[in-house]
Amino acid sequence: MLAFIIYKFILVLIVFLISLGIAAYSTYGERKIAAFLQDRMGPSKAGPYGLLQPIADGVKMFMKEEIIPDVSNKWLFILGPCIAMFTACMTGVVIPWGRPLIIGGETYALQITDINIGILYVFGVVSMGVYGIMIGGWASNNKYSLLGAIRASAQMISYEVAMGMSIIALVMTTGTISLSEIAAQQDHGMWNVIKQPLGFLIFITCAFAECNRAPFDLPECETELVGGYHTEYSSMKLGFYLFAEYINMFISSAVISTLYFGGYNMPFINELGLANNVLSILGVVFLFAKIIFFIFFFMWIRWTLPRFRYDQLMDLGWKKLIPLSIFNILLTGAIMIAKDLL
Amino acid sequence: MNSTGGLIDYLPVVLMMVVAVGFVITTMLATHYLGPKRKSKLKLEAFECGIESQGNARIPFSIKYFLVAILFVLFDVEVIFMYPWAVNFKSLGMFGFLEMLTFMGVLLLGFFYIIKRGALKWE
Repeated sequence: MLAFIIYKFILVLIVFLISLGIAAYSTYGERKIAAFLQDRMGPSKAGPYGLLQPIADGVKMFMKEEIIPDVSNKWLFILGPCIAMFTACMTGVVIPWGRPLIIGGETYALQITDINIGILYVFGVVSMGVYGIMIGGWASNNKYSLLGAIRASAQMISYEVAMGMSIIALVMTTGTISLSEIAAQQDHGMWNVIKQPLGFLIFITCAFAECNRAPFDLPECETELVGGYHTEYSSMKLGFYLFAEYINMFISSAVISTLYFGGYNMPFINELGLANNVLSILGVVFLFAKIIFFIFFFMWIRWTLPRFRYDQLMDLGWKKLIPLSIFNILLTGAIMIAKDLL
Repeated sequence: MNSTGGLIDYLPVVLMMVVAVGFVITTMLATHYLGPKRKSKLKLEAFECGIESQGNARIPFSIKYFLVAILFVLFDVEVIFMYPWAVNFKSLGMFGFLEMLTFMGVLLLGFFYIIKRGALKWE
């Protein structure tokens, strides 16, 4: 029992530190990619190629003055970013990072916990993130913050419906909602994206909206709302909001890779006849390659597409994505039934 | 050291919770004590692009947002109903599919109604 707890605790710490590291370097990556797409240099002064920039940013955030406006509700104002950060950290628990390692006859799963309701857990925790934004925006008692917070919550809950429905079609084909089983199924069969191309498109669109990323970044639309829900925030509280966004991006890339792109699997890797432990370490590498590709994709879209108007955003969510995902469920069902009968 | 399928599976979630809460609290305390404290009355006012802030921010907002929230609750509950069905889809076969068609029909009827009533119309 003690060994179990220690092993899980080490895994928790590793996943936590990797999330923070990836999030920190995503900020660097975002600035470098933006610079590349706009024909600029990007950060280049701190360390070689500006590689120490995230550390410099972090230190700066810590050393800034902490401002809590007089008119705000002090405790809720502090609670908002804490919830945002906390929920962002909690989602990494159910992702299967690789196939189990076997050391000295013992199997060590490279997943913090294999709960059989993995997908529902992710949904539950992600939707709690709305509270962080709503509480923070409301507690600031600032008009821009409140508008940003209301917009953010309306947007996130609207896209959650379509996201849930796009997953249902996937669950019909897999027959399980445990993430480790879904990843393992794709080991021998096809990647789910081939069976569910429409579902994947709906899911990734909703993931952009859930993470408040461009072209759905209306909550922090600086041309109208100054800074959106975090207008009043400074020091590490602002840092938490920004950081939570990048961790969410990392986790949603991981979820997309696991659900639709085979997770830690790679085609034809089983035919090489490698040892189990080598395979599982390669699996982790493959998964991270996929995750980094999707993080890059998030950034690529951000610097390519302009922002939606709010009515367009709501129309896309309710009038297009929801009917489309219902259609996808019916189509999947009809094809599966037809295959069964023939 | 595989999963057992019992409540023990949720123990690592608690571990992660402890780590996350610990990190959040430490960081908040650190930033509180590290940063300079040079408060002034104007600095602590709500920011409104430099001009004096007018009145309270908690003004009534558009009813549309409230409607969206109510519709979300309705639809999300229905989505949750579909999960058990989707997991068992293969074993339910044709019967389950027809049942779900009925359910979807009712759902779409309601959806059509709210669109016709203009509940999702944003100017």
